[in-house]
Amino acid sequence: MANTQAMCTSFKVELLTGTHAFGTAPTRATTAADSFKAALYLATATINASTTAYTATGEVTGTNYTAGGISTGAFNAPTSTSTTAFTQPTTSLTFGSSGSPVTLSTAFDCVLIYNSTQSNKAVSVHTFSSQTITAGVFTLTLPTNDSTNALIRLA
Amino acid sequence: MGMVTTTKGQMDEAQLEKREGLIDNDDEHTKWVEYWHEGELVHRSAHVTLKKMPSIDGAIASF
Repeated sequence: MANTQAMCTSFKVELLTGTHAFGTAPTRATTAADSFKAALYLATATINASTTAYTATGEVTGTNYTAGGISTGAFNAPTSTSTTAFTQPTTSLTFGSSGSPVTLSTAFDCVLIYNSTQSNKAVSVHTFSSQTITAGVFTLTLPTNDSTNALIRLA
Repeated sequence: MGMVTTTKGQMDEAQLEKREGLIDNDDEHTKWVEYWHEGELVHRSAHVTLKKMPSIDGAIASF
């Protein structure tokens, strides 16, 4: 046998469950998973790696779209394959429905995932081709939840 | 033909001109559909399937 220098894979998964705190951590009321939301941003906005929390600046506005966006629903339990930890929401993100269609007239190309339990702190930014919606539905289907495709991966 | 939700309420699809499009690249697979009535856009929906996202790479240093 030999020793191998590495970041422990279990640690990567535990980062996704808030197990470790190297600095001052927020006080948690329960051990339950936090709640997360998804907000859409105009193509003219500036949402990127420097974004620290949800902001209404640059967010889309329109019929049947509520500022702050929609709940992502539950995330898959964080897990790992090989040395990569990963997770993502369990279901697609859908804005509007046939009975409550959205109209987003100004082009948007970005969704911000943020933690609505922890002061709306930002998690990740995902971009796509510029879109508008007229009396319709906007659906974001997620990639395969695995170590090479999931929305959130710690490699 | 079915009914389509539009800016003018529910309309019979037969009354509308349908336009569809597709974007497929390394980042996304996107389909959109538009319905036009008398030269006016009355419905547009889009379905974006996100593909592989960049990962966060952890790193450690040797002593």
